[in-house]
Amino acid sequence: MSIFSTKKSWINLTIWVLIIALIIAAPSVLPVFRLNLLGRYLSLAIVALGVDLIWGFTGMLSLGQGIFFALGGYCAAMFLQLNSAGDFPNGIPEFFGLYGVEKLPFFWEPFKSSIFTLISIWLLPAIIAGLLGYLVFRNRIKGVYFSILTQAALLVFFNFFNGQQKLINGTNGLKTDVTQLFGQMVGSEIMQRWFFWISAVLVILAWFFARWIVRDRFGNILIGIRDDEARVRFTGYNPVIFKTIIFSIAGGLAGVSGALYTVQSGIVSPQFMTVPFSIEMVIWVAVGGRGTLLGAILGAVLINYAKSLVSEALPASWMFIQGGLFILVVTALPEGVLGWIRKGGPKKLLFLIGINKKLETYPSLEVNEQGEVKS
Amino acid sequence: MQLLLESLFNGVAIGSVLLVAALGLAIVFGLMGVINLAHGELMMLGAYSTYITQLIFKQVSFLKPFYDSYVIVAIGIAFLVSGTVGILLERTVIRRLYGSPLETLLATWGVSLILQQFVRSVPLAYASGLVIALFFGLFSPLFISDDLLHGAKGKLIKACTWGFSALLGVATGGILSSLISKLSRASARNVDVTAPSWMRGGIDFVGITFPKTRLLIILITVISVLVVIFFLDKTAWGIRIRAVTQNRPMSDCLGISTETVDIITFGIGSGLAGVAGVAVSLLGSVGPNVGGNYIVGCFMVVVLGGVGNLLGTILASFSIGIMTDLIGAGRLLTIWPEMPSPLYSTIDFFATTSMARVMIFALIVIFLQFRPTGMFPQKGRMVES
Repeated sequence: MSIFSTKKSWINLTIWVLIIALIIAAPSVLPVFRLNLLGRYLSLAIVALGVDLIWGFTGMLSLGQGIFFALGGYCAAMFLQLNSAGDFPNGIPEFFGLYGVEKLPFFWEPFKSSIFTLISIWLLPAIIAGLLGYLVFRNRIKGVYFSILTQAALLVFFNFFNGQQKLINGTNGLKTDVTQLFGQMVGSEIMQRWFFWISAVLVILAWFFARWIVRDRFGNILIGIRDDEARVRFTGYNPVIFKTIIFSIAGGLAGVSGALYTVQSGIVSPQFMTVPFSIEMVIWVAVGGRGTLLGAILGAVLINYAKSLVSEALPASWMFIQGGLFILVVTALPEGVLGWIRKGGPKKLLFLIGINKKLETYPSLEVNEQGEVKS
Repeated sequence: MQLLLESLFNGVAIGSVLLVAALGLAIVFGLMGVINLAHGELMMLGAYSTYITQLIFKQVSFLKPFYDSYVIVAIGIAFLVSGTVGILLERTVIRRLYGSPLETLLATWGVSLILQQFVRSVPLAYASGLVIALFFGLFSPLFISDDLLHGAKGKLIKACTWGFSALLGVATGGILSSLISKLSRASARNVDVTAPSWMRGGIDFVGITFPKTRLLIILITVISVLVVIFFLDKTAWGIRIRAVTQNRPMSDCLGISTETVDIITFGIGSGLAGVAGVAVSLLGSVGPNVGGNYIVGCFMVVVLGGVGNLLGTILASFSIGIMTDLIGAGRLLTIWPEMPSPLYSTIDFFATTSMARVMIFALIVIFLQFRPTGMFPQKGRMVES
């Protein structure tokens, strides 16, 4: 069976064509400000892919992805700051001087290297996620307990980063837009265009990566854990390993996403670790359609775009809309937009409002060229 | 000794706010497996109710002589306000999501966002009018004989009660906004509740001053806990609630209306959040985000204490409270100044309120390695427990 023979694949193909057309057209159509916004949303789509992997496929609702997102951001920002700090006293970033720090804290030392930074952007969050996940999953803590523990962990990290002025500039965060990279200002137009392209390419790569993870046995076990973890355990698999691995992968994706978002928004601060932001990530996936990787990307981009449009027009109403979205999507649209379309939602809607009278009463069978029913 | 006593008192004071806030959360979580992320916002509603009650007592002439007792009235009002909103939440949203706790979590987060924005952009007078309308709309059918509520006539009567309640709400909103100008405009600014004169100052005892507000909060907590224990242990509905907590399908089979049990429990849990809101309003200023500061502490209490046992909740909140004070205020250093220097610098590093949270979270995660289901786990033979 060719991959484009089912309805699901046609929908996917259409959306992909749209996404790629959008990405290619955007730089020439949009002004730099909007392009930069779109680039940010594309980078947020990467963290949404991670959320989809752990929530949509494995059934673990993490409310703490902001930790890993911010960690990735801090790695990238510190690298940029360290490499443009030559003119400042002691050769270390300017903010250290404000708190009387004269020597670079030892753990920032390796971040002078670009290779180390490129690796640590995803590896560091992945390791921390793996460690945290292992400690939690080992004790079969799951469901709501897991969610509130991740939320508490998020708050803990927030408090920690917020309070440590001398190590990471505390609540002010690290700025990146006035730093230098390849002899260019990071906040400059040309760099931002490049970051847009990198984000776009990385989203697609991340999608392929996530797809590769979930399409085989590994993905089946993840879905098994989601639907009945006890049964998976009785079948002889150890869910702890699988959950730890997937949580760690999601952490790594969040780190990449955070780094890209940071260089495009110009700052990383403990604000990335606030509770609302991390829960928002879940709603992107929920609206797009959980368990559909494409839905995560769509949800992240569309909701954020809607957010910026609504916030510009009516600042106060976004909270109402967002709150309503949370309630609506879990009560009325549990499969998300993409899941709804795939399940034939538009047809049912047309029927409900009386435009389309014909409703399938039983699923149509797929037949091959000889007219035989496919199994 | 004196230091230890003072530290203990502070810890108990912090813990008692946590306890009264977490109590409702724990009961609801135990019964329905639902974590209510809007719990903090229900606390906020309780805190705003205190503020409004205080203003009413100040402005309305025949209530002025009783101004000093407004706090006690506010406790009742806050309980009813938060309880009403909680019941509405249960009837409209949580009911539909029964059996999917994670979805409930997200939906309640949505509710909390809406509530936060609601108090920002709706004048408080009309917000209280709305709550009053909801209160009478939801509860007046209880006072009408069951026979009248059947069939088409019943629907008409229900519609009439709702219409009446709506009128009442609009009237209250109008009266409040004309009486008290502070309530007639929407504002996102924080407001302050001033404690009545008898609550200011402190009581001196063995050389330590105990602030009266904190003592009152401890008293409120003790009374709430006792009432909840009495309710759960001795009354018919309390026993039903415990039965449903232990085994929902079996209780259903034995003829307990689990639907009613859900409503009652959620109402009481939310009401307790309102009472916690009164306590919170006495400690600091009241704003739309006031609940968020306490909510994670409440979650920690629930995780640490385990579900289905109030003793766990009580112990967990007091131990978290005392630990917060011991670590956060750096009291360990004052109590034991000559400790070895690496330990000293470590504890000194954690000696702020926010860093104390970091430490306590680490301790809780370590604790969960040994007791994954909290201090007092519910015993059962289910695979999924």
